[in-house]
Amino acid sequence: MKNRIYSRLLKDHMASHILNLFAFLIVLFFFLILVMLITKSVPVIRKNSIAELIFSSKWDTDAKQFGFFPAIIGTLEVTLLSMLFAIPVSMLTAIYISEYASSSIKTSISAFIDVLSGIPSVVFGLCALLYLVPAVSMVMKKIFSIQTTGMCVITASLTLSVMTLPVIISLIVESLQLVPKELREVSLSLGATKWQSVKKILFRAAGPGIISAILLGFGRAFGETMAVAMIIGSKNKIPVSVFSAGETLPSLIVNSFGEMMSVPLQQSALIFVALILFIIVMVTNSVAKMINIRLSQKWRY
Amino acid sequence: MINPAEIKIRNLSIEYKKAKKGFVKAIENINLDIPRNKITMIIGPSGCGKSTLLKSINRLHDINEEVSVQGSLEINGEDIYYSGRPVPELRRRVGLIHQKPVPLPLSIFKNIAYGLKIHNNIHKDEVERRVIEALKKVHLWDEVKDRLDSPAIALSLGQQQRLSIARAIAIKPEVLLCDEITSALDPISSGKIEQLLVTLSEDYTIVWVSHILRQVRRMADYVVFLYMGRMVECGEKEQFFEDPQDSLTQNYIRGLFT
Repeated sequence: MKNRIYSRLLKDHMASHILNLFAFLIVLFFFLILVMLITKSVPVIRKNSIAELIFSSKWDTDAKQFGFFPAIIGTLEVTLLSMLFAIPVSMLTAIYISEYASSSIKTSISAFIDVLSGIPSVVFGLCALLYLVPAVSMVMKKIFSIQTTGMCVITASLTLSVMTLPVIISLIVESLQLVPKELREVSLSLGATKWQSVKKILFRAAGPGIISAILLGFGRAFGETMAVAMIIGSKNKIPVSVFSAGETLPSLIVNSFGEMMSVPLQQSALIFVALILFIIVMVTNSVAKMINIRLSQKWRY
Repeated sequence: MINPAEIKIRNLSIEYKKAKKGFVKAIENINLDIPRNKITMIIGPSGCGKSTLLKSINRLHDINEEVSVQGSLEINGEDIYYSGRPVPELRRRVGLIHQKPVPLPLSIFKNIAYGLKIHNNIHKDEVERRVIEALKKVHLWDEVKDRLDSPAIALSLGQQQRLSIARAIAIKPEVLLCDEITSALDPISSGKIEQLLVTLSEDYTIVWVSHILRQVRRMADYVVFLYMGRMVECGEKEQFFEDPQDSLTQNYIRGLFT
């Protein structure tokens, strides 16, 4: 009997250490990537200042001038615009699924959403290329009589918003479902309608979850590479309107890494872009966490 | 002795639709009169349908597609299941207080103002007056008057429960439904709630689900005993405890099963 307890304790001890190790590995990966990106970015930062890299629009690989300003603006434009489309649609859909739909409808819609969120982004890119790009081009010609290819910021944004919808919807549905039914009952028993309860009570109770969902969608739109690269038109110029072609940071990397990786300084410039992406994601996540904590305290129930 | 009935329940049955199991009856053919401005307490072992019966008085089963309610339930002569009036309007007349206090994710003030604001365009001053009135009625005013804007969740459980009661009575309902409202609270807070409900019964018809027999002996005017979805016995408290007719009731009162 005595041996048995010792072997059990030994296993317990080992388990705790192994689990510890794996948790530590994740943190290690984070710092490995960060260190790799920083060291590889050093050559280009030495040559051109950070301010110049970020705020200059000059792009001449032969003259070793790398201005990422257009791509940065393009990224922000595309991401924010896609969120502008995605947020209202996903909120309304999620409210319907969580609060209004009957359980059978709920199950079937959720199944479609799950499949949609698993479709590889290149498929979205292809579909957009085949149908959305000509459609945008046609609308431009018919309504504004402007001749464009249809490969532009708005096309990319629309595609991204469709791609992010399933993720945002299912996370919002999840956070609405976590709200205890007593909150709904109290609101209803005070004579509120369903819509009033959703608007005034559920939005707050599920608020932190909804904001996390939106930020996760934001992150996905922000980092999306393939679909955007296929349809944004890939012009390294500041997109002056939503109908101009542009470039985002990820699409810039994917469109130029073939030729640029061979020259050390140019390679370093692309790694610097990756570093910007990494930092922006890090900052958005921290901000999201902070908002989440603040709101959870404010809208606690 | 018995006041005129405020709530008249006739042939009320409530069924839950369970996947693969068909229908499960939670309440079976109940006939019951609940007197006005009295405390009627519903007792019975857990799972006997007490809360299910309670929620049907506020049409709260409407939000659950798996539940169907048959029979008639009149409040002040109006059958709430067959009345043409909008459901929110019917629910407004009946307040519900849960077992665990449910503070809405709003400030103390807004928790009570919520019910007032969703109904009518009452003027701001009137809302404030009625919030204060409700808080005073539940003896919470002195404890919270300096922090009306802080979140309701910051209150102690006992205070939260009194806030829930204030929120319910602020919109001046006719009936108050109480679902084991003291069971999450410490003895002192429950004592306060009990005292409060005695005062409130002067103005409201109170239907109170409880599983604490001693509390029922203290508080009830009228007792209803449910067992497995059926009403076994009901009557005035003295008669119910001193001369129970049914052997099930006798055993339950003597604590032979819970």
